[in-house]
Amino acid sequence: MIELSNIEKYYGDYHALRDVSCQIKKGEFFSLLGPSGSGKTTLLRAIAGFEGIDSGAVMIGGQSMAGVPPNKRPTNMVFQSYAIFPHMNVAQNVAYGLRAQRLSKTQTAEMVNKSLDKVGLAGYGERAAHALSGGQRQRVALARALILKPKVLLLDEPLSALDRKLREEMQSELRHLQRSLGITFVLVTHDQEEALTMSDRVAVMFEGQIAQLGTPQSLYKRPTSKRVAQFFGSMNILKAEVRAAQNGVVITQIEGLGVAEIPQDLAPDIQGSSVCVGVRPELMTVLDDDQDAYDKETPAVVTDIEYRGELTYYDVKFEGLDTPVVVSMRNTTNREIKKIGQQVRIGWENASAVLLLDQ
Amino acid sequence: MSKRILTIFMVVFVLFLYAPTLLLPIFAFNDSTFIAFPLSGFTFDWFASLGAAVELRGAAINSLIIASISAVTATTLALLASSATVRYRFPGKGIMIGAIMVPMFLPEIVIGVSLLTVVLLAGFQLSIYTIIMGHTLICTPFSIAILRSSFQQLDPSMEEASLDLGESRFSTFRRVTLPLIMPGVISSLLIAFTISLDEFVIAFFLSGTEPTLPVYIWSQLRFPRKIPSVMALGTLLLLLSICLLTLSEIFRRRSARRLGQKDNGGAW
Repeated sequence: MIELSNIEKYYGDYHALRDVSCQIKKGEFFSLLGPSGSGKTTLLRAIAGFEGIDSGAVMIGGQSMAGVPPNKRPTNMVFQSYAIFPHMNVAQNVAYGLRAQRLSKTQTAEMVNKSLDKVGLAGYGERAAHALSGGQRQRVALARALILKPKVLLLDEPLSALDRKLREEMQSELRHLQRSLGITFVLVTHDQEEALTMSDRVAVMFEGQIAQLGTPQSLYKRPTSKRVAQFFGSMNILKAEVRAAQNGVVITQIEGLGVAEIPQDLAPDIQGSSVCVGVRPELMTVLDDDQDAYDKETPAVVTDIEYRGELTYYDVKFEGLDTPVVVSMRNTTNREIKKIGQQVRIGWENASAVLLLDQ
Repeated sequence: MSKRILTIFMVVFVLFLYAPTLLLPIFAFNDSTFIAFPLSGFTFDWFASLGAAVELRGAAINSLIIASISAVTATTLALLASSATVRYRFPGKGIMIGAIMVPMFLPEIVIGVSLLTVVLLAGFQLSIYTIIMGHTLICTPFSIAILRSSFQQLDPSMEEASLDLGESRFSTFRRVTLPLIMPGVISSLLIAFTISLDEFVIAFFLSGTEPTLPVYIWSQLRFPRKIPSVMALGTLLLLLSICLLTLSEIFRRRSARRLGQKDNGGAW
């Protein structure tokens, strides 16, 4: 649906987008995720036509968008501030883009009502724009964009102005809306949880570049760089040395933990190099005495405990490792919480570790 | 104690501001050609005499034409300059804004003399058009100051949303930008109109045979007999100004309420 190839963008000396290429499929919920200043909004605005690009190409539906102004593009946008026109009521806002279609009054009213119904604002047509709450403004912005049946809906941090509860509600609502309409959604967000829960695929951006692109699961489970790994949840980063790489398995000596056979397909010439390995806290287990079903087992000492209700976070110290490693355990009815200073055994799997090779 | 001093200060301050203006209507209705107390009687004669003064009517019409055209021209120019300078970055922008704003601080006599020189050198006749030129020059900085702040308060995503929803730049201006900055446009028109209406120095230099109202009033002051008529005329102008101010304030409040903005009390 959208094809971005080798996009470069400068603001004066500032290199805002660096060789960005990616394809967004039809009917997909695609997110651009990154911290502020990562270029995600600039990229979205380049797709919408509000920002020119210095080189590269934006294609939408197979057509080049070079020189096509925003009003001629098959995209519509929900702005971060929602940009609800304050001098019009809700119905006038929603009907705003319909003028070019020269519909009769009754046709327009019918479409507006349908559109408002879709976003859960039936009967709000006569409300003044300034009498709306944040959540309602966002729904009006959605209705106003969707009434034009765009091929692509662009959303610029649409949930960042809402409080937590409303944000979670809107996340699932947006997801349902996207599924039922089948329109391609491109969402910009700095909230990794939001990106994970809503998207089919996510492009993680840092400093104007796409650092990694994939499904939420693949990004969480198999990050390729330290930065991506630490952006999603928490990740223990350990130094390691590659012993050998063959048949889709990389044999690695991890500091503190020991030898792991990490399932990852790499060329054999990586042998001997120093690398970083990431291990998620929830993929390691503080073993009780009778449990012994793990690939690997390493002794350690508990140095700190953080009880968070659903989970308990242990800081454990492995032999030969200065910094503590975080291990999280689900609190079940029978599981006893360890004590600080207690000797424990940490169970882990070969697949718990992931190689973080990209800079 | 200090509260009482403040109250007295305020009363004296307001008296100082408005007492001279209040003399205008008092003597406009006084049945005597001498501007002095005690008042001698009540009369409408001075107002009636205005109706018969053909020159005065001509001057008033000139002033209204000049003020209207200057206000519209200054506001239009200011709209263009403000929208460009608020939204775009371009080389020499700071210098340009400075250059446009300078006439606000230049002595009017300097502007008047230099414009007169230019007009005479270029071989133009002095007419109401030369005055319009001068007034547009001095009104534009005020209009720009007002409209720049309107544009600065305008969320740029409003216009982007309109473009995004399929409208062209021109219809975006008509359907979104203009309605949203309308309070600023009205303020600009009124301010420019008022400045032009009572401006004397430039009008005096550039007026030729068609005086404006202030120039006409000045010429009448040489004849003591005419002073009460001038007072009557001043009273009418005072009423007109109060009406205009009230109108603009009503309009400003209504549009602020309509746009859901907080009313910040002051007009400009």
